[in-house]
Amino acid sequence: MEKKNKKMIAALIIASILIAIIPLFALKGAEFGGSDDAGSVMVEEIQGEYTPWFTPVLETLLNGELPGEVESLIFCVQTGIGVGILAFCIGRMYERKKLSGEDEAL
Amino acid sequence: MTQKQKKLIAAIAVCSIAFGIYPAANAMHIMEGYLPGTYCIAWGVLSLPFLAAGFLKIRKTLNENRRSLTLLAMAGAFIFVISSLKIPSVTGSCSHMTGTGLGAILFGPCTVSILGIIVLIFQAILLAHGGLTTLGANTFSMAIAGPVVTYILYKLCQKCKVNHLVSVFLAAALGDLFTYCVTSVQLALAYPSEAGGVLASTAKFLSVFAPTQVPLAIVEGLLTTAVIICLESFAGAELKLIGYKKEA
Repeated sequence: MEKKNKKMIAALIIASILIAIIPLFALKGAEFGGSDDAGSVMVEEIQGEYTPWFTPVLETLLNGELPGEVESLIFCVQTGIGVGILAFCIGRMYERKKLSGEDEAL
Repeated sequence: MTQKQKKLIAAIAVCSIAFGIYPAANAMHIMEGYLPGTYCIAWGVLSLPFLAAGFLKIRKTLNENRRSLTLLAMAGAFIFVISSLKIPSVTGSCSHMTGTGLGAILFGPCTVSILGIIVLIFQAILLAHGGLTTLGANTFSMAIAGPVVTYILYKLCQKCKVNHLVSVFLAAALGDLFTYCVTSVQLALAYPSEAGGVLASTAKFLSVFAPTQVPLAIVEGLLTTAVIICLESFAGAELKLIGYKKEA
């Protein structure tokens, strides 16, 4: 990879991290709930009391909401699967370029 | 695509339009049970032709060359990663990005509809995030409307000879933002406010989603650009195969 590209990628990633982190410090004490939930609050505002007519399958099975810790586990699994595939593919391509040429089939 | 496949898609499209006439327009993850049943079905049916086209397109891409599987897997994995990251935003609430931009730029919007629905089903079943009843509506906003905008913008930018990394950024960021606009419209259609109807309602929902999503859309644009740079450096041959790069 060219040096210019490396710098570019580093800059892009740092910028993304900053955008994500700054609100945390800028808005001290904010709740940071989900915006999907904010959506349902809005529905109640417009419609008055609203009971969802269908509960998620998992909540029916569990007889309650998914515990927060387990939810974060599943979110991590999702991230893990994604990162795993991405890293594996980029790793293979990186080595391929180093060893032979890009025309080699993976 | 063979003649038969084209006819199939046309037939499904006609049915879907016939179905789609009454809620004649176009939310990100709408929560389970928050859309009336008729809307759930209508959005689902509207998504069908895209999914069918996407399925056939993926099969065709892979039949032509197995090597494009790597890039396809990476586009899917990117959606998995990006849509699992909840990021705090300036409004004091969290939201997450869609990640569909990369796939739309590489493969076109139809293919992404399949990749997107996989993630949505995963989140709906395991995380109670989004929902099975609202799957159709969520698919339409995240996996179809957003990517279509990304794709069109990207092509437009190319035509206008905008710097190509800038066009990737713009296309991915605005596509993400558009997903949330569609979500707002979808919710508004189901819940028009008493004073002012659908429009007033849309504005209300937009005011919840849009400010939160703007910084995230920018992050999505930045990350998509980073991945594209990476791919261009290491996967020139594959990019040429799928027709992303005319000449390398």
